[in-house]
Amino acid sequence: MAELLMQILVPTGIFAALGLLLGVLLALASRAFAVKVDERVERVAECLPSANCGGCGYSGCGQLAAAIVAGEAKPTACTACSADAVKAIGAIMGIEVGNPVRMRAQVMCSGTTEYAKKKYAYAGAQDCLAAANLGGGDKLCPNGCIGIGSCVAHCPFHAISVVQGVAVVDYRQCVGCGVCVPYCPKHLIQLIPYDSAHWVGCMSVDKGQAIRGYCDVGCISCKLCEKACEAQAIKVENFVASIDYSRCTGCDKCVEKCPRKIIWSARKQGGGLIIEREKAKKE
Amino acid sequence: MSFTDVLLLMFSAILIENFIFSRFYGCCPFLGVSEKPETALGMGMAVTFVMTMASALTWVVYYSILAPLGLEYLKTIAFILVIAALVQLIELFLRRFIPALYASLGIYLPLITTNCAVLGAALVNIQEGYSFIASVAYGFAAAIGFTLAIVIFAGVRMRLQFADPPRAFRGFPLTLVAAGLLAMAFSGFSGFSFG
Repeated sequence: MAELLMQILVPTGIFAALGLLLGVLLALASRAFAVKVDERVERVAECLPSANCGGCGYSGCGQLAAAIVAGEAKPTACTACSADAVKAIGAIMGIEVGNPVRMRAQVMCSGTTEYAKKKYAYAGAQDCLAAANLGGGDKLCPNGCIGIGSCVAHCPFHAISVVQGVAVVDYRQCVGCGVCVPYCPKHLIQLIPYDSAHWVGCMSVDKGQAIRGYCDVGCISCKLCEKACEAQAIKVENFVASIDYSRCTGCDKCVEKCPRKIIWSARKQGGGLIIEREKAKKE
Repeated sequence: MSFTDVLLLMFSAILIENFIFSRFYGCCPFLGVSEKPETALGMGMAVTFVMTMASALTWVVYYSILAPLGLEYLKTIAFILVIAALVQLIELFLRRFIPALYASLGIYLPLITTNCAVLGAALVNIQEGYSFIASVAYGFAAAIGFTLAIVIFAGVRMRLQFADPPRAFRGFPLTLVAAGLLAMAFSGFSGFSFG
C-alpha cells in the first residue's frame, strides 16, 4: 500500500515542482526581459476591428495601432472601424477627429455577359491580370470587368462575387477597406461614400459609336444626365459620365434620363441600403 | 557515434525520413501556413529554432531527471511542459534582445508551442537512444527537412492558384492531392541505403 502511494506521490510531487519551477522561471524572465510598451498601443488595438485585413497598408491591426500611437498613421486610417471606434481612438490619442465617412467599394461596370460582347474565349490562368495581358481581356470593351475575380480572391471580408461576368460587391459585407482596388487591372473598383444615391456603372472612355459596337450598356456620352442634373453633380468628361458624390442630392432625374440605364441607385430602406438598377433594353 | 554517422543521420532526417512525408508529423502547419513561400519560410525558421533547442533540453530533462527517478513513462507530459516553457522563454528573450528576429518569427513562435513535430523529434531522440550531439543534430536536420517540405509545397500552391480545376477539386481538395503527390515524390528517397 505504501509502495503504491509512493508510486503516485513521487511523480506528482516532481511534476508539481517542475511546473512550479518553470512557472517561477517564466515569471522572473518576464520581469527581467520586460519591454516597455506604450499602453496606448493596446488600447488603440482594442478599438480596431482585429480583422487584420491589411486595408490600411499595415500587415495587421496590431501594427496599425503601433503606427497610430507613433504618429505615423492617422487615427482615421482604418476604414473598417465604426465611427464610434474612430472617435475612441481619437480620444486615446488626444486628437479631435471629424465624422469619418463610411465608404464602400463599387465595381464601375455593368457589362454582364448578356450585354457585353467578347472577342475571344479565354482559357488561360485564372487571374484578371493574366487575362488583361492577353489583348486586354476577353471582352471587346477595353475598360470592362474581366470577370475572373482577382478582387474576389483578395477580399478579406468575402464581400465580392462574380455575377454573369462582372464582379459585384455585396455592400452589406463591404467595410470599404480598399484591399480589392489595386487588384483590378482595369481600375474599375472605386471607393465611394456608403450612402451615395447614384453612381455610373461604366468607365469606358471610348466614343459612343465605338461602344455601341461592343456593349449594350456602355456610356455613350450623350450628356442627357448632365443636362438633367439640377445640382450639377454629374459631368461627362473624357466620354464617360461621373458623379460628384458630395453634390448629388439623390433626385433620380439622371436615372430616368439615361438611355442605357447604367446609372445605378441606392435607397435607404429600414436602416439598410437597397441597390437597384433599371434593366437595360437590348438593342 | 562518429561524425560520419551524425552526418548520415542528418541526411536521412532531411530527405529519407522526412518528418512530414514519411512520419506525418507537423501536417497541421504544413497545410495551414503554406499559402505563400515567405510565410512558409518564416514558419520553417521558427520550427528549426525551437526544434533544435527542444531536442537539447528534452534530452537533458530525460537523462538527468526522468531516467534516474524511473519516470520514463511520463516523458510525453514532461516534454510538453518543458517545450511550452522553453518557447515562452525564447519568445520573451527574443523580444527583449533580438527584436528583429522576434518580428520576423512573429506569430509562428507561439504557434509551434505544442506542435507535434517538435514533440515528435524529442520523443524519437529518446526512442532511438541518440547521444546528446546526435539528438541536437537530428532535431536540427528534421526541422530543415520540415522547412524544405513546406517551402516546396508553398511553391506548388502558388502555382495552383492560377489553375482552373474542376469545381469539386477547387481549394482544399486540390491542396491535399498536391500534398499526396509531393509525398510520393519524396518516397523516391526511401531507396537510399547506407548499410
